[in-house]
Amino acid sequence: MNSRTREKIDSLLKLIFKGAGFLTITLLAGIFFLLFSNSILFFLDVSPLDFFTGSQWDPDTHFSIIPLLVSTFWVAIGSMLLAVPLGVLTAAYLSEMAPRSLQTVLKPIIEMLAAIPSVAIGFLGIVLVGPGLAQLFGIQNGLNALNGSVLLAVMALPTIVSISEDAINAVPKSHREASFALGANKWETLFKVTIPAAFPGLIAAVMLGLGRALGETMTVLMATGNSAAIPRGFLDSVRTITATIAIEMGEVPYQTTHYFALFAIAGLLFLITMVINLTGEFFANRLRKFDA
Amino acid sequence: MEEIKLRAENLNLYFGKKQILKNVSIAFPKNQVTALIGPSGCGKSTLLRSFNRMHDLSPDAKIEGKLFLENLDLYDKKNSVTDIRKRIGMVFQKPNPLPKSIFENLSYALNIHNYPKHSIPNLIEAALKESFLWDEVKDELKKPAVKLSGGQQQRLCIARTVVLRPEVILMDEPCSALDPLSTKKIEELIEKLKENFTIVIVTHNMQQAQRISNKVAFMYLGEIIEFDTCDTIFKNPKNELTQRYIGGHFG
Repeated sequence: MNSRTREKIDSLLKLIFKGAGFLTITLLAGIFFLLFSNSILFFLDVSPLDFFTGSQWDPDTHFSIIPLLVSTFWVAIGSMLLAVPLGVLTAAYLSEMAPRSLQTVLKPIIEMLAAIPSVAIGFLGIVLVGPGLAQLFGIQNGLNALNGSVLLAVMALPTIVSISEDAINAVPKSHREASFALGANKWETLFKVTIPAAFPGLIAAVMLGLGRALGETMTVLMATGNSAAIPRGFLDSVRTITATIAIEMGEVPYQTTHYFALFAIAGLLFLITMVINLTGEFFANRLRKFDA
Repeated sequence: MEEIKLRAENLNLYFGKKQILKNVSIAFPKNQVTALIGPSGCGKSTLLRSFNRMHDLSPDAKIEGKLFLENLDLYDKKNSVTDIRKRIGMVFQKPNPLPKSIFENLSYALNIHNYPKHSIPNLIEAALKESFLWDEVKDELKKPAVKLSGGQQQRLCIARTVVLRPEVILMDEPCSALDPLSTKKIEELIEKLKENFTIVIVTHNMQQAQRISNKVAFMYLGEIIEFDTCDTIFKNPKNELTQRYIGGHFG
């Protein structure tokens, strides 16, 4: 092949790569456009005031996101309350205390939790965790917010453990040496020096875990009881934004207020997860700078 | 007869299968500065770090022989390692302030060792004065320690060690990351500190060893080759290896 042909291949490849890049961006922009244009159509029918202040989600008459939003946060915050302490302590153990042999085995196993399909976790919720919770609290129905929180905690753990472990590992060894040389023990060094120094990374871990919990659909759809009312406690059934969209989108008549309403709640969920993920990324980047 | 503060007897140290220290016996006199010199990799830092048991942190380090602080057997399981590290402080090669404020860098150790709360500000002021840092930082004790210059950071690390009133201060090339002016300040500081503390310092800088130390140990390949007064080592060394190292023929 002569040089001229080889250079032509270069410019052809450049075109292909450029095309791939633009296609991806166009797709994303398209999704964004679709969500928000349909949301606007919804707000032509229903005033934002009703949307954000009402207390009922009833697809024939009332479109208030509040019960769904409260359900979503109830489940997600509950999952974080369980997953954050467990995840950070696991990460601290892996990074600071576990012998290297155990560390090399445990971390991949925990990261493998992320590979379990969400439908399988939802299934476990129905047959195992839900009935277990019902028995534990002496209630009829174990398919409630707490059930969803437990399952989402399991799903968020790999993210939280993995990123927290990276964050703790990235704390320079000299900080620990300084602390030990002053006569601090492992416990004091971990909680007063290492974890505070890793804090931006831990925030990133929590944010990314929370993003995952907010966006998860199948598990909460299967395991939280699907009652679109404002929950009063962790033992009430709930219905998250994601589950609502998944349930109703299949049956909704095309181009009705209800149809647009589903786009509106999806758009809001998108905004929330985007803010949370950006916050997480922001802190993760700060961690990288700190590392260098 | 000088009083011995810190000593090693027949110390052998291994990292995995590799022997780093070979049958080292040495005694450091009280309230003097002893310098450890020798080419890179000869085991100076390793020897230094075995006194405050920093090797406890590396699982593959193995230690044979005895180390003593006066009559206290440093590696006897009965003795508390945190207590030993409080009595034998350490200053590292690169200034390593904790990612906290200037004040907290000093209060950290005091809190850990349960000093009464009301005594802490005074102790901190005294330690900063003793480390020639007080005048530079007295108005900004809440400032993050990493905002200080390299030399100030290193003096902060010395203050942080001094505040616990240890008996011995180990210094691992404390000036190697500093400019000449900061180095001069630290050397003046060391001169002053030896009134109250016993100091063992690892240094690569021969002039520095000559300027600040009372006694000098020359190490090579994990062994103490020669240990004598500063004058003897630099003006009249007995061992041929020492002569050649001092003369700059290898390093």
